[in-house]
Amino acid sequence: MSLGPYASFIVWSYLLVALVVVLLIGWIALDYRQQKARLRDLEARGVTRRSGRGAADLS
Amino acid sequence: MTLIDLANPTRFLSLTAKILPWLAAATAILLAVGLYQSAMAPDDYQQGATVKIMFIHVPNAWLSMFVWGVMSLSALGTLVWRHPLADVSAKAAAPIGAAFTFLALVTGSLWGRPMWGTYWEWDARLTSVLILFLMYLGLIALWRAVEDPSRAARAAAVLTLVGAINIPIIKFSVDWWNTLHQPASVLRMGGSTLDKAFLIPLLVMAVAFSLLFVTLHLAAMRNEILRRRVRALQMQQASQPRA
Amino acid sequence: MTALFALLRRDIQVALRIGGGALIGVLFFLIVVVLMPFAVGPDLALLKKLGPAILWLGALLASLLTLDRLFAADHDDGSLDLLTMSRTPLELVCLTKAIAHWLVAGLPLIVATPILGLLLNLDGDATLAVALTLLAGTPALTFTGMIGAALAVALRRGGLLLAVLVLPLSIPVLIFGVAASNAAVLEPAGFGAPLSILCALSLAGLVIGPLAAAASLRHGLD
Repeated sequence: MSLGPYASFIVWSYLLVALVVVLLIGWIALDYRQQKARLRDLEARGVTRRSGRGAADLS
Repeated sequence: MTLIDLANPTRFLSLTAKILPWLAAATAILLAVGLYQSAMAPDDYQQGATVKIMFIHVPNAWLSMFVWGVMSLSALGTLVWRHPLADVSAKAAAPIGAAFTFLALVTGSLWGRPMWGTYWEWDARLTSVLILFLMYLGLIALWRAVEDPSRAARAAAVLTLVGAINIPIIKFSVDWWNTLHQPASVLRMGGSTLDKAFLIPLLVMAVAFSLLFVTLHLAAMRNEILRRRVRALQMQQASQPRA
Repeated sequence: MTALFALLRRDIQVALRIGGGALIGVLFFLIVVVLMPFAVGPDLALLKKLGPAILWLGALLASLLTLDRLFAADHDDGSLDLLTMSRTPLELVCLTKAIAHWLVAGLPLIVATPILGLLLNLDGDATLAVALTLLAGTPALTFTGMIGAALAVALRRGGLLLAVLVLPLSIPVLIFGVAASNAAVLEPAGFGAPLSILCALSLAGLVIGPLAAAASLRHGLD
């Protein structure tokens, strides 16, 4: 697949899009892990929600 | 499963946990298909292979507007119906929308360099997207400036709706300004009638990116709900006397 | 109605009294216009060409700086809470405050324009055109700016945030203001369109501004 004289522009565009998307996914995944860890930590210390259910429970 | 059911954050979380893997898989598949089709697409008689940038530029540009629309609906949910998840939806969408807008600008700039000879051109579309990007950043700044989440949500909701009204006005003004200063119209990016060979990959990529947004948005909403729980528990803990 | 007139009078009096809230805007306008030749060079021909743009930018920035006074002082001494709780509709209160602000901060800018036009080597026609477009456009700036002021009112150091929020919204006004000014000098036939759009923007701001500002105040102050 020949990308012509401006191949670097095409490649860079796709690479940058891929990079930003990966960064977004990574940030959201890391944030999720961080919040779950904090919730587990708080629960371990005995701080509970009014409903008595675990805060980290998803249902 | 009505909207009212979804108002319960816990039920929303369990629903999200179930469908997120499927959404992620669908997104990945569609992205793979779209990328393959973009690679296989023919060269444009005028732009050559650089037309391939269109397949990632246009979906990002379209999404930058679409996400503001999603935030506007969420804003209405906050202000008018007081739907509990509206705040969460709006806050989660903003950084994702800003990222897509940024990508639209960058890919637009890289697309423009071969065509116009410069990395930046004050043409109507790029300029409007730049202003939209500034508005995204301002909105995120507002979210971060107000401490209390529900007050922040309401302030952000007003700004989002004002922004939504202004986006067509800004687009119109910038179009007008551009024709005033550039009587010779430069190569139009992606004309209104696209050959099927270009249209199909473009549509596939557009759907793929939209699915990507939905996936990321739901995941970010889940994080935001958990973050609020953490905050509530931390406040509770702070008010509990030490044993 | 009398309540609104009283509010109008009171706002004008307060602005004219403390800290020179009214005239400091004009002073800033003057300084910005004076700064421009230092940046672009004293070439009179260039300044004449850029004149309307410089005047519009100066007016835009000057009106931006006086905006946080719109609600901040009232917020600090508690009268904003009283205003939101009064029987008069908050939207009308905001409208009145905006009118007071424009009279005190916007109108002096327009009056100062002819003098500043001299500094930029603008001839009489050009200066009059700029003044007229400012007359049509500064209300739009005040109304959209009021939204930002209402959003930022409860924040302690909200000044820059206010600017960041308001400036993108002011771009259409700037575009048409300068376009109308330039058209008046270069091709008078093209003056009408941008001027009417400018008036339309001000009228739209007249409606949207107080509505959005009142909503922001209501939601932001509890």
